[in-house]
Amino acid sequence: MSFASSVETPVAATAGAAPIIKLSGVSKWYGTRDKPVHALAETDLDIAPGELVVLLGPSGCGKTTLLRMIGGLLDPTQGRIDISGMELWKNGERQGNAVANLGMVFQDANLFPWLTIEENVALPLKLRGVAKAERQARARELMDLVKITGFERRWPKELSGGMRQRAAIARALSYGPNILLMDEPFGALDAMTRDSMNVELQRIWQETGKTIIVVTHSISEAVFLADRIVLLSPRPGRIDSIHPVPFPRPRGLDVQTSAEFQSLVKTLRHRLAEVE
Amino acid sequence: MTDALATPAERTSRTRYLPWITTPALVLLLVLVWHYYTVISGISAFILPSPLKVWQVWVGMLYSPRAWSHTLTTIASTLLGFFFGMLVGVGLGLVIGRIRWLEVTLNPFIVATQVVPKVALIPLFVVWFGFGMTPKVLVAAVLSFFPILTNTVLGVKSVESGHRDVMTSINATRLQTFLQLDLRNALPYIITGMEVGVVLAIIGTIVGEYLGGSAGLGYMLVSEMNSYQTDGLFAVIIHMTILGFVFYFATGLLRRFMIPWHQSAHA
Ligand SMILES: Nc1ncnc2c1ncn2[C@@H]1O[C@H](COP(=O)(O)OP(=O)(O)OP(=O)(O)O)[C@@H](O)[C@H]1O
Ligand SMILES: [Mg+2]
Repeated sequence: MSFASSVETPVAATAGAAPIIKLSGVSKWYGTRDKPVHALAETDLDIAPGELVVLLGPSGCGKTTLLRMIGGLLDPTQGRIDISGMELWKNGERQGNAVANLGMVFQDANLFPWLTIEENVALPLKLRGVAKAERQARARELMDLVKITGFERRWPKELSGGMRQRAAIARALSYGPNILLMDEPFGALDAMTRDSMNVELQRIWQETGKTIIVVTHSISEAVFLADRIVLLSPRPGRIDSIHPVPFPRPRGLDVQTSAEFQSLVKTLRHRLAEVE
Repeated sequence: MTDALATPAERTSRTRYLPWITTPALVLLLVLVWHYYTVISGISAFILPSPLKVWQVWVGMLYSPRAWSHTLTTIASTLLGFFFGMLVGVGLGLVIGRIRWLEVTLNPFIVATQVVPKVALIPLFVVWFGFGMTPKVLVAAVLSFFPILTNTVLGVKSVESGHRDVMTSINATRLQTFLQLDLRNALPYIITGMEVGVVLAIIGTIVGEYLGGSAGLGYMLVSEMNSYQTDGLFAVIIHMTILGFVFYFATGLLRRFMIPWHQSAHA
């Protein structure tokens, strides 16, 4: 294979620190009316603290399945997931102490229409019994971070798609998880908004030092964002290859025009065409 | 400005104020037609009294303590019946909206309470509870709970799965999810059910009073009929209609206060 040089073994973690997310032999079968669907074959993956990892793959290769299992929304059929050294699933039951380290952002912002933007951002704190003044202050801070200050009292429907997604990110960060899991977070946005949201995401990541996993279909988005790209292949879903992305940070949108960027995009495109 | 140039907001506000003009105009037209028909056709006042006569009788009712006492009786039975209908409708709806097997189990019985001719139940209620308020309250409750129940169930079932995922991912307890998501999501639906329910509660009460008892607007209707006071009959009907409107709009006002975020609150 011509691109073998860029392909590591799937198990390899970034050198040094203990992984903040550790998948060991994780697989998923969906029970359906006819025959069970093998959505994800046994998967091993280590993610280091502070890493920005992108899951890239064709439609139906199990990206969402994998992310939902890591996020505590879906129990694995087999295997073990550790979050900060804590087992996430025990006997099909999610463990609250491990989940507390996770924040999730979905393709749709999923803000509650009956809460104002500020109340949406502060909802997780409300559920944790944080006093009103304190959670308001925290919500304002986060709204500042994601740059939607001034929209505290608005209803979600009064914001643009990009702004709603910013609010969703603020909500996911409100209770201080170390890990942010994002399933095609900007998939519903237009190309221009999407570019600027990716720049913003990089900034938020650098300012907060969170560990972030982003799922995407877009190769250039993956190369722009990632420290490492995990390429998945379908039927059943499994890790095909892992590609480190060496460009220095912070990356500006101009990096996309560089020859190295283009060549990595090309490598990934060819690989994707082969696995599909 | 032509309509094509009007912004959507302008067009909405125009349709919002339209009924303030069209409703009185149409009512006036109807009354005029009614008036001239009674004059021209020379129809007996016993069959169709003139609107003026009905108006006089109705204004007279407003000054009559007896009419007010009947009105209050009807209001009390309606509100009490509606209250119980809400209690059962919302309570049961929230539970069976989330628990599938319970819904399947109870559904035939819930449907049975609706397909049985409810008017036929009234004599039974009278036999059980006498001629007092209880049978009226019961009929009002039985009639009003069903639309509230079905709408509540719909409200709970229509919770978006993405919203559920959010509650799970922020580690919400079941109770928190119920209070912050299921209930809040169901609220607009519940209010819609209430709007239908409150009107049915009035109907239930009045039919109950009509068939057995000695108080309330339904009873007044019977006594006007028995003394061949057609104008009085009309006046009571108008009185009931106004009462129905008041209840309906009062319930509708809940939208503004309880679900200001919802589309329907601005309609
Ligand atoms: N609830 C479910 N029941 C049965 N099969 C499912 C279910 N969810 C997903 N699958 C199947 O599992 C496989 C992986 O689905 P998944 O949604 O994880 O893919 P994906 O990579 O996220 O795709 P996309 O890029 O289109 O979002 C698919 O074949 C899909 O049909
Ligand atoms: Mg997906």
